[in-house]
Amino acid sequence: MKSYKEQIWQTLFLIAACASIAAVALICIFLFTNGSKAIGEIGLWKFLTGTTWRPGNDIYGILPMIVGSILVTFGAIVVGVPVGVLAAVFMAKFCPKSIHRFLKPLISLLAGIPSVVFGFFGLSLLVPLMGDLTGSNGKNILTASILLGMMILPTIIEVSESSMRAVPESYYEGARALGATHERTTYTVMLPAARSGVMAGIVLGIGRAIGETLAVIWVAGNQPRMPKGLLKGIRTLTANIVLEMGYAADLHRDALIATGVVLFVFILIINLTFSAIKRRMQV
Amino acid sequence: METNTNIPQNENTQTSQKIKMECKNVDLFYDKFQALKNVNIEITENRIMSFIGPSGCGKSTLLRSLNRMNDLVEGCTITGEIHLDGQNIYSPQTDVNNLRKRVGMVFQKPNPFPMSVFDNVAYGPRTHGVHNRSELNNIVEKSLRNAAIWDELKDRLHKNALGLSGGQQQRLCIARALAVEPDVLLMDEATSALDPLSTSKIEDLVIELKKNYTICMVTHNMQQALRISDDTAFFLLGEIIEIGKTKELFTTPKDKRTENYITGRFG
Ligand SMILES: Nc1ncnc2c1ncn2[C@@H]1O[C@H](COP(=O)(O)OP(=O)(O)OP(=O)(O)O)[C@@H](O)[C@H]1O
Ligand SMILES: [Mg+2]
Repeated sequence: MKSYKEQIWQTLFLIAACASIAAVALICIFLFTNGSKAIGEIGLWKFLTGTTWRPGNDIYGILPMIVGSILVTFGAIVVGVPVGVLAAVFMAKFCPKSIHRFLKPLISLLAGIPSVVFGFFGLSLLVPLMGDLTGSNGKNILTASILLGMMILPTIIEVSESSMRAVPESYYEGARALGATHERTTYTVMLPAARSGVMAGIVLGIGRAIGETLAVIWVAGNQPRMPKGLLKGIRTLTANIVLEMGYAADLHRDALIATGVVLFVFILIINLTFSAIKRRMQV
Repeated sequence: METNTNIPQNENTQTSQKIKMECKNVDLFYDKFQALKNVNIEITENRIMSFIGPSGCGKSTLLRSLNRMNDLVEGCTITGEIHLDGQNIYSPQTDVNNLRKRVGMVFQKPNPFPMSVFDNVAYGPRTHGVHNRSELNNIVEKSLRNAAIWDELKDRLHKNALGLSGGQQQRLCIARALAVEPDVLLMDEATSALDPLSTSKIEDLVIELKKNYTICMVTHNMQQALRISDDTAFFLLGEIIEIGKTKELFTTPKDKRTENYITGRFG
């Protein structure tokens, strides 16, 4: 028999668990019921592969936005992952304690900066700089990639560093005892041993990059058309929703919700892929 | 069913008398705490030296000084000299990584890297510049054979080493240490985490290995020291109380404290 107290706690936990499940379920129901209306009307294939987005003429093809989100996220990975992982290695294995004490809070601070501030920074610094360098208005895929790369840095650094620190010291000693240098040990034993944690950090970073809206709107240009180069403007899935939701009605509104469905599926796929990778690496 | 049948083997090792390693007036401090006090010891080639003594008396500390693993401990200072083949390993000219190549180490807890069996054994040779695939294949096979684990692992070379049993992992670690062809092998309670069967396999292995290597081991198991070592040093509070041929030390200890310890009336 469970005690009276225990039962109360159990019920409480159950309610909490149910609440979070209910939240996810409600979002799913809302998204899929509203989104499927538009997709049914437009046609799934036409919706996903159409390259023209012109709500005025009831033409809703979101391929440019899909490509946009993918390009910008990919760019953020190219910019953020090498820098982030190397920074994490530095913090965990090379950095003197005195510098670490100073660096660590700075990274946490970076993580806490609201995206609107990042966007403002991008708009007033990166965009003009990029404009000068390329002789355009400076709002393009590259600018957005660099900004997003900076935004995902703290996530990647913090998760990677803590997973580097979680690698047993006995691996380190084992490699040093074989005559390996500190550097070699770090890169060939410690970092590979931390790889599932580093991967987890990268997933979180990707999640943040693909879901980022505000900062991207300000620096990406937002043109809903297929990009012809890295220095061309682009619109992401998130930007598409935010920019038009304010005045959209009827099919237009449902098409925007359907855009949200696509975004949702994206994030689902990313999470599933990486948990599969993680599982395989643990064997 | 532990037997002492291996003891006679201890006697047939008088062939070589070359001193492989030698400690001269070694003092070691962890910050202000003195962990070794004026240690003098000679380790003879192709023999097995065991360090015994109660917990915290400095056995691991001395062992780790022999390949300068204590350099990794912050605040650790050492004075005196430790020689390998007549060269002071603490002299400024010493290349520490080359020293560790010559003086290998096996730890108390098996610590294979989280990679394949093959990559574990090949790690040392690769570190020291061997990249030719067929050469690596040869080294890996030879090392695993020397560690008496080739037959068990030859079909799982590319499986992750963390999937092996504790005893297999420890023999893999021995193979990994052997793969860089050290002269001296240091073993810190290498069997204390293992079952009796794995332990006896490793003991047989160690006796076999002394033909080609000089071995120095720490053990808490008196029977083990008696079974496999040729020489024994008894430590107490950072000092060597008594050192001599294992058989003599165990049958006719000169110091009362040694006698108390080996008869179990101590610590
Ligand atoms: N990294 C360290 N920093 C500070 N003190 C240490 C360190 N390592 C060991 N010591 C101290 O040095 C003394 C000797 O330790 P050591 O590990 O050599 O003992 P041991 O004989 O190997 O003991 P055991 O049989 O328990 O393994 C102990 O008092 C221990 O607390
Ligand atoms: Mg010890």
